[in-house]
Amino acid sequence: MEYWQKFARTAGNNFKRHRLLVLFSVFSLLILLFILVPLFKMVFLSNKEALWQAVRDTTVLKSIWLTLYAALITAAIGFVLGVPLAYILARHNFPLKGVVEGLIDLPIVVPHTAAGIALLFVFGRNYLLGKWFNAIGINFVDALAGIIIAMLFVSVPFLINSAKDGFRKVDVRLENVARTLGASPWQVFRRVTFPLARRSILSGTLMMWARGISEFGAVIILTYFPMVTSILIYQRFESYGLTQAVPVAAILVIVCALIFIGFRYILQREKKHD
Amino acid sequence: MIELKNVQVNVADFSLQQINLAVAKGTYTVILGPTGAGKTVLLESIAGLHSIREGEMILDGKNVTDTVPEERGVSIVYQDYTLFPHLTVKENIIFGLKVRHVAQSKIIEQLEWICGIFEVEPLLKRLPSTLSGGERQRVALARALITGPEILLLDEPLSALDAESREEMYAQLKDIHRKLNTTTLHVTHDFEEAMSLADNIVVINQGKIAQIGKPSEIFYHPASDFVARFTMARNIFEGKITGQVKNEKIFKTDSIKLYAVSDKSTAQYAVIRAEMVQLTIEKPVSVPNVFRGSVKSIIDKGANILITVDCPPLFECLLPRRQFETISPNIGQQVYLSFPASSVHLI
Repeated sequence: MEYWQKFARTAGNNFKRHRLLVLFSVFSLLILLFILVPLFKMVFLSNKEALWQAVRDTTVLKSIWLTLYAALITAAIGFVLGVPLAYILARHNFPLKGVVEGLIDLPIVVPHTAAGIALLFVFGRNYLLGKWFNAIGINFVDALAGIIIAMLFVSVPFLINSAKDGFRKVDVRLENVARTLGASPWQVFRRVTFPLARRSILSGTLMMWARGISEFGAVIILTYFPMVTSILIYQRFESYGLTQAVPVAAILVIVCALIFIGFRYILQREKKHD
Repeated sequence: MIELKNVQVNVADFSLQQINLAVAKGTYTVILGPTGAGKTVLLESIAGLHSIREGEMILDGKNVTDTVPEERGVSIVYQDYTLFPHLTVKENIIFGLKVRHVAQSKIIEQLEWICGIFEVEPLLKRLPSTLSGGERQRVALARALITGPEILLLDEPLSALDAESREEMYAQLKDIHRKLNTTTLHVTHDFEEAMSLADNIVVINQGKIAQIGKPSEIFYHPASDFVARFTMARNIFEGKITGQVKNEKIFKTDSIKLYAVSDKSTAQYAVIRAEMVQLTIEKPVSVPNVFRGSVKSIIDKGANILITVDCPPLFECLLPRRQFETISPNIGQQVYLSFPASSVHLI
């Protein structure tokens, strides 16, 4: 009897102490289920036969491969062009900086089909940049380059914002000390600032890659063929219905889950290491 | 030798103005001032981290006004030591040699030398996050000095330490300075720290130099009421010189008359350091400045006791503990305060 009283009291106390945590856990569980249930259901309840068929379908495999590496090239371009901008935004003040920061978020806000059309007006064959690039043999409509600029446009804000936050967290005085110790601005960036902001930059690059893989709206305006996976899923759904679309979607989800859980794991481990 | 001539620096909303300063080679100079006075900006400007808007800076006869930080030979150590958190202690210390592409054999030699001075050998493989405050400081100093800079800049280097380690560090900093003889500029807001370490003190307030002098000059002869207040002189009275008796000036305030030894013909303030005021129960003889009043408050500051006496005006008097215990005045008791004319400083 005494034991049970004690147990009940402890449990009561524990509940009082942790009730916020309990409440938050309930909400957390709801949102996690919301994210996971549809994806799991699609993967595990899809017809095994159809899934197996899709795995052997070269159109599907080619499309997934195209999506992954187009998004990877996009992330690389975003890295080279976006990191310097992020650094400038984190370290310097200039007139209209707030406006510039707002503009960077614009691609996230506008409907991506609109983004695709906007890009078409610049990179289309009959427009300014399109003409120039066409002269050197690069075409943006129905070509890999088109997929890349569409992905770049909609995903680069993720990298810029994440890298900017990373750079902001690096104490300026560490850079100052490095300068006085004899390091040139480039050496300071390479040896101090970049390594310290690295995790944010990598995480931003990863987000950018992910966003590239999932892009549909902007890509479909510029490049229907070659077909990235999001468009392939849409095309199968339109032409043959759900049964044909689900296995392709399921494979993409599986591939992405493996890649991104893997990367998160590596980033987490690095964090512990630091 | 560092020379700043009419230097003006603007950083965001803050500006340093009309900075004229000459620091002799091998000296230990303390830049003293309240928070927000511009001490750190001054240090960073000397390091080349802010562009100098007007005036010029000369380092060993060379104009370095527009020289980039990496070419100045000026090392800076910040308050919280700002070690590179992603590098080991060893990598931190040799950073300055690595970026200058010094030969590996020379790096090893220099590292051994600096380890000998700062006793950081056992820490070399560790990451900064695992070090104690004192260890971090030694590593930061080793990193700053391994390159053999002309000038060492220390920005509030002791304020992160507790009182006991701080006193230890006074001695260590002095010792290191004696060994290496690097011209050192040390920023602090702590008057005691400045007195303990400095060959010269530069008092700075609101972006301007308020006074430059030896510690004793700053202590006994503050150049302005600000310096007097900041150095805790405590008794500062406004008034004017009204006459002279022999070689002593008569300084009158609204309520009292003070005798002061001074060659000034006009003055706005009279300053009497609280330490210089004697407190007695009996009326003292043959002292020019004697006041009678009642004890208003007694604050125990440990080694010293601060007593406020209402004469009026209010006088503050700082007694060593032993002396206080012999007199043991009570609140409300009538006492005499006295001090010689030489203890009254006119500004």
